[in-house]
Amino acid sequence: METQIKIRDLNVYYNKVHALKDINLDLPRGQITVIVGPSGCGKSTLLKTLNRFHDLADDTQVTGHVELDGVDLYAPDVEVTEVRTKVGLIAQRPFPLPMSIFENVAYGMRIHKLARGKELRDKVKHYLEVAGLWDEVKGRLNTPARDLSIGQQQRLCLARGLAVEPEVILGDEPTSSLDPISAKFIEERLEELKKDYTVVLVSHVLRQARHLADYLVFMYLGEVVEAGPAEQVLSAPKNDRTRAYLQGEFY
Amino acid sequence: MCRSQPTSWLGRSQDCLKLATRRETARLQTTQDPKLHTQARRIRKDELAARNYRLAASFPLFLLLIMVVGFFLRTQPLLEHSSVWEILSGMQWRPSAGEFGLLTFISGTLSVTLLALLLAAPLCMLTSLFLVEYAKRRALTAILPAIDLLAGIPSVVYGVWGLLVIVPLVPQISGFVQPWLGSIPLFAANNPTGYSILSGGIVLAVMISPIIISVSIEVLRSVPDGLRHGSLALGATRWQTIKKVVLPRAMPGLIAAIVMGLSRAFGETLAVMMVVGNTPLIPRSIFDPGYPLTALIANNYGEMMSIPLYDSALMGAALLLLVIVIIFNLGAALVLIRANRRAQV
Repeated sequence: METQIKIRDLNVYYNKVHALKDINLDLPRGQITVIVGPSGCGKSTLLKTLNRFHDLADDTQVTGHVELDGVDLYAPDVEVTEVRTKVGLIAQRPFPLPMSIFENVAYGMRIHKLARGKELRDKVKHYLEVAGLWDEVKGRLNTPARDLSIGQQQRLCLARGLAVEPEVILGDEPTSSLDPISAKFIEERLEELKKDYTVVLVSHVLRQARHLADYLVFMYLGEVVEAGPAEQVLSAPKNDRTRAYLQGEFY
Repeated sequence: MCRSQPTSWLGRSQDCLKLATRRETARLQTTQDPKLHTQARRIRKDELAARNYRLAASFPLFLLLIMVVGFFLRTQPLLEHSSVWEILSGMQWRPSAGEFGLLTFISGTLSVTLLALLLAAPLCMLTSLFLVEYAKRRALTAILPAIDLLAGIPSVVYGVWGLLVIVPLVPQISGFVQPWLGSIPLFAANNPTGYSILSGGIVLAVMISPIIISVSIEVLRSVPDGLRHGSLALGATRWQTIKKVVLPRAMPGLIAAIVMGLSRAFGETLAVMMVVGNTPLIPRSIFDPGYPLTALIANNYGEMMSIPLYDSALMGAALLLLVIVIIFNLGAALVLIRANRRAQV
């Protein structure tokens, strides 16, 4: 197992609340890591440290190190926009940008000047295909993205995230607002994507975690209780709390 | 007939539906079944409520109509005396000679208002963008009450402030810009005093800023954070996010905010009257004095009523002001509709 994301002594404070406590983790490359744990345990907070989304809040403080391929994301000379280009995010609810389907996918590529003209059109097509949306929208690329169903919107958000060529994809419960069929569809996409990307998911659906995870992180009250290869954690949890959670004794 | 063909109801006209409802009501009222009776009462109550609300909703429209018709009737004597074109394009305002040209006043109103808008709109947009997109939450909550307070200050106070601060300042501004811009007619200094279009524009700009800012802030805050995050998560900068995502989405609301400021600027009388000079000339330069329609009415109504047609001419000025405001609002509504359509994409 090759480590891609190395987290060392990570602490996050919301105002005075100590939300993450001394997190140390090594997340593997080219696998799906699923972070599980009861609500409010800091799963999403941990995820947001990986693309520096805490920079956006006034009262949040992050200390410690998060290294992506040996580069500290919080080093002073690291450009935050570059971090977020390398580390894509699929949010809990899809928010298509107020533009057409085509422009939604082209947006990131235009911003980073990755492609133009025919190349841009080809890439938009490519990423819509990867997200499994191309066949449904190919005839109406110039219609507003908000006319899509919510499941389609989430796949559009996946396509637009992939279009800026990230190395890591974060998912903050990306299926929780979707119907079961759309959710399954996104899960299938993510399983395919791990060939080329490192995927880190937050999930509170144990079934999803069992199904998708190669590497499992169990968090409780802002601490990592247990982390390891999914089979190992699922079949023989070392910690009592992990066992109780996996058996569905608390959520 | 309608009842016997329920499948065709949807395709039928509203009238048929109403007829059906009424027939249904009648049938329900005659029935003995208490459950059906309640249903009939509900339908009757709904109908009654709908009718009353329709009446209440048409009331403002009715008021506007009364005003327009009233002004129009009072303007009639003047219109019999001279044509609409003569009044609108006439440069001379000599009531004793029977000349009632309003062009100078129209140009006064338009120039002061447009200048105010040119000064206020860009600043207000930048202010609200800064407060919502860049400043800390605490700064916003500290500044909002102050902005609301500014909106509540009586206009005479703004007028006095203009008189004491802006009017003395304008000749200095004029002197300062003359070396560079003096040759451009728009900035020519023909007026040694500070009573000018620029003074009126500045005072008006300060007066309409609070409303434009506070509406813009609300509009920008109503743009969901998820949209911003969606863009930022792709590695966009804040400014790219604002330009490509926030502004397009907020544009209809921001236009509405500016239009609200515009409407207020058109109607504002007292403060402008105190600083604008009230000289019936068409202003060529921002340092020239002007005479807005509102000031004309406020200065003269109730005086010199013995002069024939004077009263009628002032009513005409009021009607004109009303029409200008209506035209601008309609224009803004059209812009708004188009912007709304574009924001949908």
